[in-house]
Amino acid sequence: MNAPNKSGWKPQMEVTEDGLHNGPMTTTGNRALMLEEPLIFEIGHSETTGVDLPEIDESAPTRLAGVERSEPIGLVGLTEPETVRHYTRLSRQNYGIDLGFFPLGSCTMKHNPRLNEKMARLPGFADIHPLAPQQSVQGALQVIHELGDWLCKLTGMPSVAMSPKAGAHGELCGILAIRAAHTARGDARRVVLVPESAHGTNPATAAFAGYEVEDIPATAEGRVDVAKLKERLGPDVAGVMITNPNTCGLFEKDFREIADAVHEAGGYVYCDGANFNAIVGRVRPGDLGVDAMHINLHKTFSTPHGGGGPGSGPVVFSEALAPYAPLPFVKKSDEGEYYLVEEESGDECGPTFGRMTAFHGQMGMFTRALTYMLSHGADGLKQVAEDAVLNANYVLRSLEDILYAPFADSGPCMHEALFGDKDFGGDLSTLDLAKALIDEGYHPMTVYFPLVVHGAMLVEPTETESKASLDQFITAFRSVTERALAGDETMKQAPYYAPRRRLDETAAARKPKLSWTDPE
Amino acid sequence: MRYLPLTDTDRADMLAKIGASSIDDLFVDVPAVAQLDGPIHDLPMHASEMAVERHMKSRAGKNLAAGDAPFFLGAGAYRHHVPASVDTVIQRGEFLTAYTPYQPEIAQGTLQMLFEFQTQVARLYGCAVANASLYDGSTACWEAVAMASRVTKRKRAVLSGALHPHYAQVVKTMAQFTGDEIADAQPSIQTEPDLDGLISRIDEETACVVVQYPDILGRISDLSKVAEAAHAKGALLIAVNTEPVALGAIKSPGELGADIVVGEGQSIGVGLQFGGPYLGLFAVRDPKHVRQMPGRLCGETTDAEGKRGFVLTLSTREQHIRREKATSNICTNSGLCALAFSVHMTLLGEKGLRELAAENHRLACMTADRLAQVPGVSLLNTAFFNEFTIMLDGKPAREIVRDLADRGVLGGVSLGRLYPGVEALENALLVAVTETTTEDDIDRLATELHDALAGTQAKEPAQ
Repeated sequence: MNAPNKSGWKPQMEVTEDGLHNGPMTTTGNRALMLEEPLIFEIGHSETTGVDLPEIDESAPTRLAGVERSEPIGLVGLTEPETVRHYTRLSRQNYGIDLGFFPLGSCTMKHNPRLNEKMARLPGFADIHPLAPQQSVQGALQVIHELGDWLCKLTGMPSVAMSPKAGAHGELCGILAIRAAHTARGDARRVVLVPESAHGTNPATAAFAGYEVEDIPATAEGRVDVAKLKERLGPDVAGVMITNPNTCGLFEKDFREIADAVHEAGGYVYCDGANFNAIVGRVRPGDLGVDAMHINLHKTFSTPHGGGGPGSGPVVFSEALAPYAPLPFVKKSDEGEYYLVEEESGDECGPTFGRMTAFHGQMGMFTRALTYMLSHGADGLKQVAEDAVLNANYVLRSLEDILYAPFADSGPCMHEALFGDKDFGGDLSTLDLAKALIDEGYHPMTVYFPLVVHGAMLVEPTETESKASLDQFITAFRSVTERALAGDETMKQAPYYAPRRRLDETAAARKPKLSWTDPE
Repeated sequence: MRYLPLTDTDRADMLAKIGASSIDDLFVDVPAVAQLDGPIHDLPMHASEMAVERHMKSRAGKNLAAGDAPFFLGAGAYRHHVPASVDTVIQRGEFLTAYTPYQPEIAQGTLQMLFEFQTQVARLYGCAVANASLYDGSTACWEAVAMASRVTKRKRAVLSGALHPHYAQVVKTMAQFTGDEIADAQPSIQTEPDLDGLISRIDEETACVVVQYPDILGRISDLSKVAEAAHAKGALLIAVNTEPVALGAIKSPGELGADIVVGEGQSIGVGLQFGGPYLGLFAVRDPKHVRQMPGRLCGETTDAEGKRGFVLTLSTREQHIRREKATSNICTNSGLCALAFSVHMTLLGEKGLRELAAENHRLACMTADRLAQVPGVSLLNTAFFNEFTIMLDGKPAREIVRDLADRGVLGGVSLGRLYPGVEALENALLVAVTETTTEDDIDRLATELHDALAGTQAKEPAQ
């Protein structure tokens, strides 16, 4: 089933004795298009600026309460050409989806359509103030309402809170609603159950909300152990947080049964929606008994990851939790006007648990996500899930003969394929394989997560990769796997061809240098 | 479908390789109760780029953009001119479509930028260390309160009455769940902040005092007095800044003794965007508090060849390592907004920021004096940076704001909207002025405010 590399081409690592690349060193340290770039503090000056503003009139009176700044701030400036060059050079030391395949599991690094960017920049969206009189921002409120409606329909849930700023903030929103619902009926439950394979944000969120976190064990096939979970349920359990599809890449086929049992025991079901891309447009979590689920607009709905945010994490709620949703939210009147409910007191507001952020949420992400949804439509989104799952299964079945795939017999995977580092030769590990993939021109998959698999490698291709792209990746992945199995020690020093060789993270943490200090 | 590269032939070949007869075979684990018979009902089908653009433009067209009207709104979000090159840089795919820099060898662009950003923020705030950003100013404010509890092992936070009410609400919301006690208050309508009143609320149980600088009414005060009082009781001073441009004109909070400085970075590079995404700034004055900080930190190190490079560091504080014992549950930060901030701040530099601040202050002074001449208007503040409070004689500001909008002027933020039901604040209007404000805008506001207060009927807004 797994055809060998058809072209027969095999990379030859040409490494000199000192472990470096061939060719002489350059005077500048540059390597042709790979240009070294100093820090702005090394090239800028306090008197240089890239903007034209009026000179300060030192004689003009001020009304600054006697705290006028007297000391320099310590900032430096660059002119526009220098600024553009600085950041352009920095950008070239970054790997992004635009450049190549980025199969980072659980992060859903799909193509970010440029129409989204264009729409978000329309002045009617980009240049409006969050506290503008509502009569002047009807179109913006309509977009929030419209996006909320899409999210409710796609999840089969009756209600949505739009303000959470990212996935972890959305998790918090869901858990706080659960806690508020229990508190409202005077039920002081203390425990939230979280599977061992969960994202770190899940236990961190539950702990933050004041809950004790207990692990839910998994079965050998990589799913929640339903019997053990049921055993643990009781009057002290506030709810469960379950990722579905789970972080082992599998659909929790007993989810409905779990949800029913949790509800029967008086608890609520939080579903981590990080992996919604596998089922969007094809399965509605509401049909599975979910009470709250956050949706990462920056994963499933293609808003850019931006080097680590901004994200956006709206939360859909069941009828039971909807009244506790945070302020503010958008409503539509019978006359077709959109308005914000911002006040805890008014008639419009239920027993909300409060406010999570200053304003209404990540509007810039809402416009992008709605643009994406409109582009795909109900049919296109279904195809998104199907192609994402197809691509992941294709990768799984193309590598399982050579790489340990712990749950390969647990049925089809969803949108990500999970492997482990069993049988690697020498003292090679997952990290070495990841760094070797960098030299092959790929961003590595997620490594060492989930924690339940030794040396875990979680590959999420997404639906925006072509078959040709996958085939090339599989070829590269097979070749680095072969080297790892053979104990190829040169991998310990990879990457060889990245802008930097392996970085000393231990030294960085031991004696942290977290900002620039001017030389004496 | 323009974003999906697989062809039907590809799909068939791939299914064959997998050994599945149809795509449905890959979804066998979905229980029957959740299997649908086709695309989800009641949603439209896919659409062309042209059709989607038409749809979105119809929504955008219903909004009055700040640039299309005399505009004076602030209260935590400010309209500044963002140089064209900022957007060019953040649209580079290598920045836009990268992820959190978990593989530092191929993320040096983001990492070096974050190191520069952290340095810029730390210096602006007069602090030793800043993190790589949080969601926004309000969530950063809560994170600071939570951090102060960890540092002092006390659970009582004293909030100034002149802290942005939404920030105070976020803090109170979170505190319900963590067991922190929050002592808050409402702003008193006085020309100067009531620092003595605030200081009298600090005691031996106080973990932190939270003060906004400049405050929600635009007032400025010397925080060093509060810092001394807090430190005398073993509490930390948290200073909140919602307008970073101000720090080009007034002393940094760190310089005045604040221990944790947090704020909203939106003014520099980010734009209004109806409230998000914004940029939470977070810094500490004392480097020994670094290990209690929330969020990502970027640090300098060297690679195997001895070259300087940057990595995310001290991650043992974070959720992906510590899980339920982490300092915060935050994962994603606001990376691209941090880039926008950093690029804009690099263009400004020391000189540009100071000039920008001076220009904001000059125009704000001019506006305040002009409005104070309008009958029925009085200026509350003796001191302010680029935002001040005016009192409208006998008229609720909320109604006047709506009336002004009907006249085509976005005239400010009413305190009535920020503090619903608080009678003493009903007639107060917050007016913000930046370098984007023209003298014509100021005239328009003064004229329309005059008419609105006089009860003259609004004409059709000028186009």
